[in-house]
Amino acid sequence: MRDAIYDTGSCPSTSPHLQPREALLEVRDLNFSAGGTDLLTGVDLIVRRGARTLIMGPNGSGKSLLMRLMHGLLRPDSGALLWKGQPLSPAARHAQAMVFQRPVLLRRSVLANLKFALSVRGLRGSERAEKTRAALADAGLEHLASRPARVLSGGEQQRLSLVRALACDPELLFLDEPTSNLDPASTAAIENLVLQANARGVTIVLITHDAGQAKRLGQDVVFLQDGQVAEIGSVDRVLNAPESEPVRAWRDGRIYLGSNTPNMNNQTGRSL
Amino acid sequence: MDSFWSTLAGAIGLVFSFDPDLMEIIGLSLRVTLTAVVLACLIGLPLGAAVGTFRFPGRTLIAVILNALMGLPPVVVGLLVYLMLSASGPLGPLRLLYTPTAMIIAQMVLVTPIVAALTRQVIEDLDREYSEQFASMGVGPVNRLFAMLWDARYSLLTVALAGFGRAVAEVGAVIIVGGNINHVTRVMTTTIALETSKGNLQLALALGVILLAIALAVNAAVMALRASAVRAAYA
Repeated sequence: MRDAIYDTGSCPSTSPHLQPREALLEVRDLNFSAGGTDLLTGVDLIVRRGARTLIMGPNGSGKSLLMRLMHGLLRPDSGALLWKGQPLSPAARHAQAMVFQRPVLLRRSVLANLKFALSVRGLRGSERAEKTRAALADAGLEHLASRPARVLSGGEQQRLSLVRALACDPELLFLDEPTSNLDPASTAAIENLVLQANARGVTIVLITHDAGQAKRLGQDVVFLQDGQVAEIGSVDRVLNAPESEPVRAWRDGRIYLGSNTPNMNNQTGRSL
Repeated sequence: MDSFWSTLAGAIGLVFSFDPDLMEIIGLSLRVTLTAVVLACLIGLPLGAAVGTFRFPGRTLIAVILNALMGLPPVVVGLLVYLMLSASGPLGPLRLLYTPTAMIIAQMVLVTPIVAALTRQVIEDLDREYSEQFASMGVGPVNRLFAMLWDARYSLLTVALAGFGRAVAEVGAVIIVGGNINHVTRVMTTTIALETSKGNLQLALALGVILLAIALAVNAAVMALRASAVRAAYA
């Protein structure tokens, strides 16, 4: 299995979440194209309230695009996004937050970055100060509060980006490969913050390429290939007993570039 | 060659004599230029930031016009402002022609497009970096505009500096609308032009030295500020 060093075994809280739960966000027959190319086709999925859902798949399969559509940053060509059963509105987006692969931090201090995010949500005075202090403590960045955010290390910047998103009390948190550029310690810190937030009730949707991280963090998984859902189900089931060829190829480390390039498929990939 | 060095020596002596007439000319120059630059920034910064941030019909056209206006010929601006302020012009009743205010208006017209066009470029680059994060956070349009202006503050200082450079060195427009009246509208550049034509090279050169010194000092100060900002990753 990939990244065996970080693979600490299955997440202890995985199994209780496999029962059906209320749908927080539903994606129905979502289609998106650009420049005459279909980038997402007929995507259906359900993000269950309180669950940790992974979006996985090879590069270019449409993971980040799907996340942006689910967060309302882009408009689909057709299909529906339902937030608690209602069409996703700008107001509903206030109940969501997103952490990007590369943290986007303002050219201000760590403290000012947090204050800005909370001000946007209408928080002022002592309430804002209290939340800022708590966020700094969660991220372990109290001693760096007055430092310019952009001189922090990559791991610190991503932690700040994550607690900034969490400080706004989202019901749903999107994370687009938040640890892809980080070392194991920084990755562990981010994963702990994500699990703590989930334990407080925040629903998580996470993109990852890392099988170890998928096992540690995931409950549900949606596997995309060429802009279509190849497989969907619990992480344990999909990664251990995949039913689709793209997931089998991914698990076995074989090259699988889809039906358009059959002569490339099934070549041996990098040794795992 | 001797006459050049003796003229230069005389000019430097004049600078350090703190001659009241000279000080008056320098003071008026700085007052007119700084006021014009501040007013141009008040208009140009939000205008440029709005064009750089928001998507609306005609946005590209406005950007092209702003860029084109950066190269406005000063004498043409002087002429237009003259026509507006002259007795028969629409603003004639304000009786502003041949006053420092007229010179401020002319310089402001020249500098505003420079500030706006350069601001648009700076903010557009920053917007590319921030737009998804701001959309995700639900930052409103006004908040977004001011957040961008604040985060680009050190780059925008350089923009203001470009405006200052244009204004302080300007002669064509201010001589048309100001008239170069002694003790009223005489500034450094117009005095240099006048004194050179009269053959009083010492005074002209003294003012030239001061003008250069001011430009150097302002540039050095802004460069130092920017360098410290870059070190702190704020720029």
